[in-house]
Amino acid sequence: MMNSNEIIDDIANKEYEFGFTTDIEMDIAPPGLNEDIIRFISAKKNEPEWLLEWRLKGYQAFKKLKFPTWQHFDLPEIDLQALSYYAAPKKKKQLNSLDEVDPELLATFEKLGIPLNEQKALTGVAVDAVFDSVSVATTFKGKLKEMGVIFCSFGEAVQEYPDLVKKYLGTVVPHSDNIFAALNSAVFSDGSFVYIPKGVRCPMELSTYFRINAQNTGQFERTLIVADDNSYVSYLEGCTAPMRDENQLHAAVVEIVALENAEVKYSTVQNWYPGDKDGKGGIYNFVTKRGICKGANSKISWTQVETGSAITWKYPSVILQGDYSEGEFYSVAVVRNKQIADTGTKIHHLGKGTKSRIISKGISAGHGDNSYRGLVSVGPRAENARNFTQCDSLLIGNQCGSHTFPYIESRNKSAMIEHEATTSKIGEDQIFYLNARGIDTEKAVALIVNGYVKEVLNQLPMEFAVEAQKLLSITLEGSVG
Amino acid sequence: MLTIKNLHAEVEGKKILKGINLEIPKGEIHAIMGPNGSGKSSLASVLAGRDNYTVTEGEVWFNGKNLLEMSPEDRAREGVFLAFQYPVEIPGVSNINFLKTAVNEVRTYKGLPPLEAKEFLKLTKEKQQLVDFNTNLMNRSLNEGFSGGEKKRNEIFQLAMLNPSLAILDETDSGLDIDALRIVSNGVNKLRDAEKSFVVITHYQRLLEYIVPDFVHVLYNGRIIKTGTKELALELEEKGYDWLKEAEHQKESV
Ligand SMILES: Nc1ncnc2c1ncn2[C@@H]1O[C@H](COP(=O)(O)OP(=O)(O)OP(=O)(O)O)[C@@H](O)[C@H]1O
Ligand SMILES: [Mg+2]
Repeated sequence: MMNSNEIIDDIANKEYEFGFTTDIEMDIAPPGLNEDIIRFISAKKNEPEWLLEWRLKGYQAFKKLKFPTWQHFDLPEIDLQALSYYAAPKKKKQLNSLDEVDPELLATFEKLGIPLNEQKALTGVAVDAVFDSVSVATTFKGKLKEMGVIFCSFGEAVQEYPDLVKKYLGTVVPHSDNIFAALNSAVFSDGSFVYIPKGVRCPMELSTYFRINAQNTGQFERTLIVADDNSYVSYLEGCTAPMRDENQLHAAVVEIVALENAEVKYSTVQNWYPGDKDGKGGIYNFVTKRGICKGANSKISWTQVETGSAITWKYPSVILQGDYSEGEFYSVAVVRNKQIADTGTKIHHLGKGTKSRIISKGISAGHGDNSYRGLVSVGPRAENARNFTQCDSLLIGNQCGSHTFPYIESRNKSAMIEHEATTSKIGEDQIFYLNARGIDTEKAVALIVNGYVKEVLNQLPMEFAVEAQKLLSITLEGSVG
Repeated sequence: MLTIKNLHAEVEGKKILKGINLEIPKGEIHAIMGPNGSGKSSLASVLAGRDNYTVTEGEVWFNGKNLLEMSPEDRAREGVFLAFQYPVEIPGVSNINFLKTAVNEVRTYKGLPPLEAKEFLKLTKEKQQLVDFNTNLMNRSLNEGFSGGEKKRNEIFQLAMLNPSLAILDETDSGLDIDALRIVSNGVNKLRDAEKSFVVITHYQRLLEYIVPDFVHVLYNGRIIKTGTKELALELEEKGYDWLKEAEHQKESV
């Protein structure tokens, strides 16, 4: 029989399931960040002049910006000159179909549970797979095209739909937004592009799967989603990385534009390598995600399940510009071992009658440190704006930390802002009670955690909710104290 | 069914059980009484496998198996059930989902397939009637905000659902109103059969009028100091424990 200390140790030793590497020939740029490397990336991708200029503006902004200091953890020093800013699987020519993708790569994604073969793919989900810096395959592209839905790699969008990209790129997250976003603007490699035309309800879930493989590289992908008037799309993002002793940087940018009456649901299941039990290695996940509800009655909903990364630093936000537009943020963030998560959301109520809802569920185990940081701001024009925030923390063991930093700025008297917060702990007596009914400790923790996160997982599409549930129970295996 | 031999156990360095001997054959009901703090719940916890108790001496055999070597969940799966004196609240976990998990864990252990939703519901309905358990409580979080009596009833409802061969009821009667006491006792009597045994821990003779025990044991200071038939409970009700305590202290000082 394990006592609680052994159980705590056990969790710490739990291995990361996706920590393998793929042996494949890569094009890798020499380490270092400068204008030349940005020109190199842009040239490699055969980009138009305006985009190169935009990248260079990002680089200029980056040089002036400083690393943030307000976060609730010590930001480790990151030597950006030691990183390589471009890594791509070697390929001879432009790929025309999945059959031309390197079988080693296809095998990698299969192993991750993301079959790229259309026959095997989940029905109702189109996938764009990004390996290190480059998109390797997008499934169901043809089928979507029939409806006018554009779903392709960012690089392809720049070539095929430059006007659309130019119109919206950087309109939600400007190139100078923050240091990581500026860095991304300068060196972004690839990512996904989505455009849903007027009046179209996208018939399948769109999904991107990010995989970091190469050593000493950063991953800087950029996603741009535009939902035109009266359209709807649900978009999913998943990610893993091999186990490496050194930290790797992931600084992505996601921009969402919802026009009149459009709705975008964006779901993330983040499972980057979290580092080992002593906190060695792991991904630094510094991501800027923001959406704008530009049109009246539009809606953007973020759902995130964050279980991986050594440090997670992200605040998916919504600017509620259109009147009666709506923003939602549903989050589960799990930390264990020495993981750090500083995550939350910002909702800016600008239009009148705008509504927002924030449900954040933090789970801390081991020596993990979890912070919720949220801002709800209400502008002077936002008559009758409404916000509801529920912010819960669940502690497992005695050595973890949990903090809440809710900020409210209201400049309109008619606004109604509600905030609720709870902290609870999985107790040994609860576990024993379940044990005494024939339920082992792992199942018991899973049962309690699943109950706790239900409200958030319910927001995910069915298959992904099941996946996320499994991921949570694997992550927390044996984490009772 | 259950054999306890010279069981010693301590918690946080404090000796609580000091040599318990008890034999509970199949089909019998044994009552355990005794003053507060004498070790009744501790005995129940040790049998169920609570890990803050350390067994320092003795053996416990359950249906030919060494109970002390088993994890708490395996004891439950083997058929040991403890109705807790203080049932724990578990927010977020619905009663029904919890029960389904428990029932299926036990079934899996026995090599049976999990119950299908329909069968499970049928079983639930049947057992609910047996102990008159309120349907509203089924969908609520496990014991969260339940009244004292509702928690106790939930324990008996779980007992009915899991159908164990040995049930230990730790003061299930305290907190129950008069009607509930009758209903719960009737439920237990209906569950009773030649294959099942019960250990009923109680302070009150009244319960033993409903659930009639084969034997009554008095636990004091970590030992069973007297064993008798149901008449012993009546005698205790009348005289209290002092006469037994005194006799025990005299023995000790000899
Ligand atoms: N975790 C613990 N630490 C220290 N002492 C404990 C602990 N748990 C139980 N005890 C002590 O063990 C003794 C026996 O407690 P137990 O709960 O078994 O008594 P009981 O016979 O069930 O009493 P009651 O009739 O009041 O329910 C008590 O003195 C109690 O304080
Ligand atoms: Mg007791």
